[in-house]
Amino acid sequence: MADTALSAPNTSVASIQSSYMAQVQRRRLYGGLTLLLFVVLMVSGFTIADERNAGGFWDGLDQIGDYPADVLSEAWEKRADLPGLIAKFFPALVETINIAAVSTLIGVAGGLVLSLLGTRGLAKWPRLIPVFRRLSDIMRAIPEIVIALVLIFVLGGGPVPAMIAIAIHTAGALGKLFSEVAENADLKPVEGLASTGATWSQRMLLGVLPQVAPNYVSYGLLRFEINIRASAILGFVGAGGLGYELRNAMAWGPGRFDEAAAIFILLFGTIVFFDQVSSHYRNRLTEGQGQ
Amino acid sequence: MTAADLSLAKRQVEGLFRRKRLFGFAIPAGIAVYFVYIFFAFDLAGLAQRANLANAVTLASDSWSHKVHVTRNNRSGDVTYAVEGERKGTYPDGTRPDWVSGDEIITINLGDSHIVRYLPDNRTEIVIPGFPLIEVQAEGRQVTSNLPDDLPDWISASDRRIGITTPEGRITMTGARTEVFNYFPGWELFWFTLDSPYHGQSLGTILFGPQLDPTRSNLAGAVSDWWNNGMWRHKDVAWAIGETILMAFLGTMGAAILALPLAFLAARRFSPIMALRAATRRVFDFVRGVDALIWTVVLARAFGPGPLTGALAILITDTGTFGKIFSEALENVDQKQIEGVSSTGAKPLQRYRFGVIPQLVPVLLAQILYFLESNTRSATIIGAITGGGIGLMLTQAIQTQKDWEEVAYYIVLIIVMVMFMDWVSGWLRGRLIGRKD
Repeated sequence: MADTALSAPNTSVASIQSSYMAQVQRRRLYGGLTLLLFVVLMVSGFTIADERNAGGFWDGLDQIGDYPADVLSEAWEKRADLPGLIAKFFPALVETINIAAVSTLIGVAGGLVLSLLGTRGLAKWPRLIPVFRRLSDIMRAIPEIVIALVLIFVLGGGPVPAMIAIAIHTAGALGKLFSEVAENADLKPVEGLASTGATWSQRMLLGVLPQVAPNYVSYGLLRFEINIRASAILGFVGAGGLGYELRNAMAWGPGRFDEAAAIFILLFGTIVFFDQVSSHYRNRLTEGQGQ
Repeated sequence: MTAADLSLAKRQVEGLFRRKRLFGFAIPAGIAVYFVYIFFAFDLAGLAQRANLANAVTLASDSWSHKVHVTRNNRSGDVTYAVEGERKGTYPDGTRPDWVSGDEIITINLGDSHIVRYLPDNRTEIVIPGFPLIEVQAEGRQVTSNLPDDLPDWISASDRRIGITTPEGRITMTGARTEVFNYFPGWELFWFTLDSPYHGQSLGTILFGPQLDPTRSNLAGAVSDWWNNGMWRHKDVAWAIGETILMAFLGTMGAAILALPLAFLAARRFSPIMALRAATRRVFDFVRGVDALIWTVVLARAFGPGPLTGALAILITDTGTFGKIFSEALENVDQKQIEGVSSTGAKPLQRYRFGVIPQLVPVLLAQILYFLESNTRSATIIGAITGGGIGLMLTQAIQTQKDWEEVAYYIVLIIVMVMFMDWVSGWLRGRLIGRKD
């Protein structure tokens, strides 16, 4: 092709055009094949899921509204009790929020240590960087429910197993995000501190932390949002808080739907409230940083 | 700069420093106070009493070891040998472990000179070095023994039940049955159960040795016996993991497909009607706020337990999340590229195709792939609630409180599964939108 291009400009335009068209066609073919594969995967996946489900998709579709309707109608009949029920379940809500808050605090501290020990240029023991990275990968990969269930067996039900489980996962997840931020930190303050004889923890505390704090706090807030949901879910498997009350109310079935409705309202309100608060502060933090 | 200016600046700086110092102490102090409150709110002091250390020891030792039960039914006199005492792990008739010998008198050698003898007439003799010979007689509902009144703490005895725990194994005796538990390291019967002809054969024998089962070729028979292993249920576990990944895949992709058109409705640039925009956004906020937990509960009522319910719960929640992210991405689309495309005389559809889509695709794909990994974890949890996938198997195994080796196995599989999905999503991201660095 290069030879013809040198000798005859006219043919070269034609050959470039034809090779471009061939490339476009090949890309379209690949794109089409990928799309086809995706559609096949979705359809067959849906069929398998539908088969292995207890109730079919098409049978269940018109029943989606039944349960919410039952709950709402019963709650509406007993609407006078609703404020009382909300007050009754408020302590459970506080417990759910406490689990999320404590585990976020512990997780942030753990993620901070993991990230600083696992970042090139900052690590105290550079040889151990892969160890700390794998450690945070593994902590991140463990779903909270695994640790929570095992700890419930050992420690008994209550908020502590959920707190530990969420804290471990949070530390792993934040360890990765934090270390991506810390990689971009300016090393000059660290070197300056090192020249004055500062210890490793002083260098990190005074040299790195002020640079990365806004990002870390922002990630921490995002994690807090996620952890509220996680702590509600873990309650459902026996770890206390709002989820636990929800499971009890649900197990009772009709007759206690007003309680279920009160818990739904509390949970929904809490999640939306903390989403808004956290996104407000996160926006402020990231805006303050943008140069 | 005058002296007045300087003193003003100094005062400002001092104020700033004071405020910073205050914050520097106030925040840690606030956190410390909060932790003190939590200490009492979570009743950490009472935790020590509630915690069951015996459970922790069982868990830690059972997760990497197994025990073989030698059970004598004192009514019929039959002796059975079973791994973990399960029917699926019972030794076939005529076979027994090699540390058991004798016919009239069955001698069980627990190792380190600890010997248990099942004598005729429901009598039992236990030899433990450094302790006098223990003789026990089971009669009806009672057990009588020659044990002294003053017992060491590794023996518990009443006239109904005697339990002896030694480092080599455990012995329990009641009127109805006498049982010896012998502990061994490792996960027993992981490959083949005792009724399979391939049990105890080395890999070399199975691959190259003589045919063990006349009706099947060695390889096919071995694979099928392993796959249908009743003890470890490899087939069910594989299906459960498949279901969990399926939930995550269907949920994530379905949410992305639903959220994309809705995101156009919610984006200021593409949706001129404000009321419609606001309504779409409220829908996103609502489905996100209701949370996967409540969606799971509601959907499980309509569709019953199973992977489809989990997939739909993920789908609905993530439609809200994706809708929010996608509409933000749409609003941040760079106008210059669209102008460039329209300057070539492109029609509106072509402007979308060549001006908007190429800017969007990397953002969308990155988010979708990230959620695919994170939803694998959610699917495990949702599976535990709604009943499907590996999450359900894990909760069931934990709730029976005895198959800790299976719990350990599932935990390892879950971690491997999540890390695998993490790797897949990273690999796909690399292939589709190029590496980050």
